[in-house]
Parts: sequence; C-alpha cells; structure tokens
Amino acid sequence: MKLSVHDLNSHYGPAHILFDIALEVGEGEVVALLGRNGAGKSTTFRSIVGLVAQRTGRIVFEGRDVSDAPTHAIVRSGLGYVPEERRIFTDLTVEENLEVGRQPVRPNTPHWTTEKLFALFPNLGEMRGRPGGRMSGGEQQMLTIARTLMGNPSLVLLDEPSEGLSPKIVEQMIEAILTVKKAGVSIVVSEQNLHFARLISDRAYIIERGRICFSGTMDELDARPDIRDAHLAL
Amino acid sequence: MAFYIVQFLTGLASAASLFLVASGLSIIFGVTRIVNFAHGAFYMLGAYVAFTLTEQFSGAIGFWGGIVVAAVIVALIGVLVEMVLLRRIYHAPELFQLLATFGLTLMVEDLVVLIWGPSDLLGRRAPGFRGAVDFFGQNIPSYDLFLIVLGPVVLGILWLLFQRTRWGVLVRAATQDRDMVAALGVNQKWLFTSVFAVGVFLAALGGALQIPRDAVNHALDLQIIVDVFVVVVIGGLGSIVGAFVAAVLVSELNAFGILIFPKISIILVFLVMAAVLIVRPWGLFGKQEAPARRTPGLTVNPWRPLTSGERLAAIAALALAAGLPLVGGNYALTVGSEIAIFVIFAVSLHFLMAVGGLASFGHAAYFGLGAYGVALLAKMAGLPMIVCLLLGPLLGCLGAAVFGVFAVQLSGVYFAMLTLAFAQIVWSIAFQWVAVTGGDNGILGVWPERWAASPSHFYWLSIGIAALAVIALRIIVFSPFGYALRATRDSPLRGEAIGIDGKRIQWTAFVIAGTVAGIAGALFAYLKGSVFPDSLGISLSVDALVMVLLGGVETVSGGVVGAIVYKALNIWLVSRTDLSKLVLGAFIVLIVVAFPKGIVGMLETIRNRRRPKLSKPASLTSRIETAE
Repeated sequence: MKLSVHDLNSHYGPAHILFDIALEVGEGEVVALLGRNGAGKSTTFRSIVGLVAQRTGRIVFEGRDVSDAPTHAIVRSGLGYVPEERRIFTDLTVEENLEVGRQPVRPNTPHWTTEKLFALFPNLGEMRGRPGGRMSGGEQQMLTIARTLMGNPSLVLLDEPSEGLSPKIVEQMIEAILTVKKAGVSIVVSEQNLHFARLISDRAYIIERGRICFSGTMDELDARPDIRDAHLAL
Repeated sequence: MAFYIVQFLTGLASAASLFLVASGLSIIFGVTRIVNFAHGAFYMLGAYVAFTLTEQFSGAIGFWGGIVVAAVIVALIGVLVEMVLLRRIYHAPELFQLLATFGLTLMVEDLVVLIWGPSDLLGRRAPGFRGAVDFFGQNIPSYDLFLIVLGPVVLGILWLLFQRTRWGVLVRAATQDRDMVAALGVNQKWLFTSVFAVGVFLAALGGALQIPRDAVNHALDLQIIVDVFVVVVIGGLGSIVGAFVAAVLVSELNAFGILIFPKISIILVFLVMAAVLIVRPWGLFGKQEAPARRTPGLTVNPWRPLTSGERLAAIAALALAAGLPLVGGNYALTVGSEIAIFVIFAVSLHFLMAVGGLASFGHAAYFGLGAYGVALLAKMAGLPMIVCLLLGPLLGCLGAAVFGVFAVQLSGVYFAMLTLAFAQIVWSIAFQWVAVTGGDNGILGVWPERWAASPSHFYWLSIGIAALAVIALRIIVFSPFGYALRATRDSPLRGEAIGIDGKRIQWTAFVIAGTVAGIAGALFAYLKGSVFPDSLGISLSVDALVMVLLGGVETVSGGVVGAIVYKALNIWLVSRTDLSKLVLGAFIVLIVVAFPKGIVGMLETIRNRRRPKLSKPASLTSRIETAE
C-alpha cells in the first residue's frame, strides 16, 4: 500500500468533523474521494498532511507511520498536497512559486523540473515572470499542481482540481493528471464532479457528513445508481 | 545654502541606522507576525558589544571586524531568544507577544547596567573616517558620508537577498501564507529562526555602527524603538523599501525640525505621521492586512453582571478596605492610596483592552495629562482642589479625543505602536517645554487642601473614586454602548452591517478610557504633591498593561485584582532590590508564557470546571449573553 488511513477522526474546536475515516491507495493508483460540498473531503486531506490540529487515527505512508509528524516532514517524505483554495503566492512570480515547492530528488519517484512542468502546462511556460496574483483561475490551478510536483512527490492529494474551471481548461487538466499518473505518481483526487472523476480514477470512495459510505471500483459505483444519487449531486 | 545641504546630509547619515533597525523589525514582522519590541534592546546590545570588542579586541579583529562580530554575536543571542521564548508564543495574541518582548527589553536594560555599568561609554572613531570633509566652509564628518553610502548599499543587499536567493523566495512566500509554505515541505521553525537572526543582526549592526557617532548608554533601546515604530508606521510594516523611505523622511524631519521648532521638533514628525495615516492607514508602502486575528475574546466564560451575592461580597471588600485607617499607619495609607489610584488607571486601560479590544501601549499619556492638568490648574490658576480634580482630567480627555481620532483608524499592532508613539510625543513635550512644565524638574508643591490632607482622608477619597470608576465602567460594559463596543471588537464587519459606527464607538471608548486615566493621574498628582514627565513614560504604560494582563484580559473587572497584586508586589520589590527591571521583565515573560489568562481568568476557569453545568442552567442562561 502506498498510503493507508485508519480510524481518522478530526475536530474543529468543539465540532466533530470526520468519523473513523479509512482509506487505502495502491502504488500508482488514482483514487477519487467523492462527496458534496461540506462532506469532509478537504478536511480529510488537511488531516492527512497534518494541517488539522485536533485529529486522531493512524496514517501510514510508504510503510512509515506519519501520524505524529509535522506537516513539512510529511510532505518532504513524498506526500504532496494541492489545496482547494489554490493558495498560490500572489506576490511571487510563476518561477518563484515553483521554487518554493522545490525539494531534492527522491529515488524511485519521477523527477520534475520547471522545464518538464512547463511542457506539462504550456500556459505557465508563457508567463514565467508574471506574479501569481495576475493569473486567471485556471492558470492558478495549474500553478498549484505544478508547484506541488516540484517537490517530486510519489503521491499527490489533489483537492477539487476542476472546481470553477471552464470546460476547456478542465480538459487540459485531465490530460495533465493522466500524464502525471503515467509517470508513476499515485493520486487521491477529491471531486464533486463524477464525470471528471471517472475519466481519471481507478477506484472511488464516497464521503458524506464525515463518514465513508461507499468504497469500490468505478464500475461498482456505476452499478449502484442508488448510492450515486443519494450522495452525489449530479 | 551650504548649511542646509550639510543639515540634509546629517539627516541622511542618521537615517542609516534607523533604516537598519526598522528593516529588521519589518522583516521579522513579515514572517513571524511578531512586532519585536526587544528590537531596541538588540540595537543597544549591538552598541555595547561593539564597544567592548573595538576597545579590547581591536588588535585581533580590527575596528570593522569588531562591528561585524558584535552584530553576529547579538544575532546568536537573538536565535537563542527565538528558540527559547518566541517559539512558545507564536500562536498567542499579538498583545502577548508585544508584552513578552517588552519584558525582555526590561531585562536587557538591567543586565546591560550590570555588565557595562550605568555611565555613558564613548566609543572609538572609525579608522579611515576620523576626519571631516570641508563643504563650502561647513564640516561634514567623513563617517557620516560613509553611513550615507551604507544605507542604500544595505538596501541593495537586502533586495538581492530577497529577490535572488531561495531563502528570500521562501521568506516572501511565508510572509504571505505560512501554512502553505509548510505544506510544500519547508520547515517553518528554521525559516522563522533564520529570519529572526537576520532581523536582529540588522538591529545590532545599526547599534554597532552608531558607536563612533554617539555615546553608548542604557536608555538607547527606548529612544530607538519609538523612532523605529514611527518609521514602520509611516513606511508600512513589512516593507523594506518603505522602511528606507520613511527612515530618510523621519531623519530629515528631525534634522530640519530642530531648525524650525528647536524644542519640540518631534511635533513635525508627528504631523507627518498623522497625515500619512489619514491618507494611507497602512503606511506609504504597506498593504492592508486581512482582518487581524481576534484579540483575546471570551468564548469560554461569557460575561454577566454580578449576582446579588457577588455584589454584597464586593461591597464587603470595599468596606474592609475602608477600614484600613483603623489598623494601618501613614505609610500603609499612602501605599493604599497609591494602589487605589492604580486600580483606577488599570481599569481604564482594562476597559479599552478587554471591552474595546484596543491594546494601548501609551495609556500613561492620559494619566500624565490628567496629572499635569491638575498641577497647572493648581499652581498657575490657583484653583481650589475640588475644581482642579474635576477639570484636570479633562486634559486627559482632550488628549485622548485628539489622538483617538488617529489611533482608532488602526487596529492590532499598528494601534499599539501608534499609541506608544503618541505617549512618547506627549512625554517629550513635557520634558522639553521647560517654561510651562518645568521639564525634568517637574511641577512641585501640588498638595491637597486641608479636608483631604490627612493620609486617612486622602485614602478614603482615593478608594471612593476608585469604587465609583469601577462601577461606572461596569455599567458601561452592560449598556447598549458596551454591547456595540464588544460587537465591534469581535467582528467589525458584522457590527457595521447592523448599523454600528465602529470607529465612532471605539473613539468614544478611547476617550472614556483616557478620561478615567486622567482622573487617576489627577489624584496621583495630589498624592505625590508633584508631577514629573515619568507620569507619561513608557514604563508606566507598561505597568498598566501588566496589571491588566495579570488580572486577566478576558474578564470584566480583572484590572482591579491585577492592579492590587501588581502594585503591592512592585512597591515591595523596589524596596528590596536594585534589579527591579530584571525581576519585573522576567515576571512579565513568565506571565505571558505560563499564565496567559491572568489571575481572575484562572480563578474563573477553575470555578467553572468545579461547578459542572447542572447547577441552575436556566436562570444562568437567561442572564448570559455570549460574546459572539
């Protein structure tokens, strides 16, 4: 297993958000985490990388227990995280944004350079010196993904990459994600858009009100329209 | 003409050190969000260490080596401070961070005297820059020319550091979004430590470079920090270019202000600062911050008026206090009066901080204005005491009304820095306007009239007024005005959305707090029989802050307890040790790190834990109004 999460429980202040979340991701696999707005997708990701202070449970990444590791150590061990709100550094140029994400090469994981990433996202290559604040939403989304890949991760948590993007950009995004997958990077992608998820994922989990309520292959999900209709807004 | 050019060049030379210190403060604030009050102390340490190195080790490392090594040594001390102290309080409210670093400043002041002695030290001239350059008949020290060149050179080096190195990119990224930098695998801890080291290095270098120009003494820290606060408020906190431009501006204003208003040149700086704040509240090169972190709010223990039982207890305590003349001698009564006066002062600041969410670092200004008001009325106009007591505090009220207009434009650390600068300006006026205020000699002979002259009568007067002040402020807290003020504190935007004019409400609270502080000052003038500029000084402002913090900033009347405990402790401490600043500073740091809720806050927490919810919840909830 690349990543396995057991009994993950998270709180924000007095509010209990996640209940006994269990997830598994295999080597080179793309897994979708599906659910409505507010179901707990982002909190799950934030909890895995240690950005939620109050959480319990066990997170094992590449055989190592990282439950108690600080965020930067988890990320450095090869678990990349692309946040939902993009959070690019608006004062920094495209190249500087990538520089923040740069980490040393890791054995057995694909090595990304700015040139490779500009080939993956040609738009970015045309605006290397532009400050992040003066980019479109789609360009910013590409930049966040590229920035995380600069850390040469072996697994990426991708939080709602298609949110708010035009269909044309979504197509580019799908192509890019498939390229990353082909390079051997495992991906967990959270999505509300089932169509988008189906094009890139091998398996899916559905999360609802902080609980995992379905787990299976995409075909198994298609065989259960009741579950799909109950938990996903289409 | 040549004279003005020389004056201009002198101003530029002074700007160099100011820029170094201010840019260090800005860099540290940008990443850690801490306004490092101890920056002045590091500046001073830089000067002292450089003095020792250039005097005693100049054979080994030379003068310039001594300057650089001094800055490195102080930077290492800074690293130690960051790792031991600041790492514990990065998530504390900004007020606590300011206070902790202020405590550090106090400790350094005493330590410096312990190590280097109390007298001024005159440093060496810099080799190669001993002479002066003739400029159309005017002399310019060649060292000044060196400093004039150095400023832009350092600015350039910093620019390269931030634009062209990976470290600089990480620092700029962290200035914008610390968590995201961590989520990209960067260890924030070491980034923060390195940033702090660079900032302290700049401050210490600024201090070390001053030794050929000025004598080194143990009051340098407060002098420079006030100037630096003015610089970063004008230039914009977090901007290095802003620090440079504002440092030049302030230094030139000082250089030429002396020609125009020889005694009170600081007024010119103040006028410019006020103008900048009106046009650009975040400074010339600053950016508007996202709404600041909430000041210590009260989510755990909602406020409520006293129950009838608690009221009886308060009255009993007051009656007990009123009985002091039966058992205590004159000394005890004088101490008692002083404590009562400080209760008034502390509750006025507590009102501003806890209810208004505005942490003033210059509250002594209004205390001192009240005291000077009384002294001037009594000595110059010869008015009777009761009239003086009624009119004197109006000077505090007036001062608060004027400064408040500017202060409430800002919030958080900007507010704290601005109020501190205001207080320092009032202090310099009192210090320098000798004709009216007597300057350092103060105004003497302000004695109470016969009806209040005996210690017991004055004591009763003091606790009577203290009780009235506490009651009046409590009534305000639970009045519609108090609700509006708390709404503005907790969420200015939501307050505006329901029709509360937040700035006006905050201004009113500022004036109320200033007036009450003025009342305390008025009584203080009569208690001491004199007024000195100390009554406006920073240390008095900080005393008040510590009292509030000690009492608990999340409480309604914690200031009362804080004032009694702190003042009693302080009077006892000063009588026992010469190192009162060292002990006091350590005490402040300890409170911030270990007891951030204060005495009353801690008692309330303990009581709430002991008494679970089952006890009469219905009757309680009807009275409780939550803060959110």
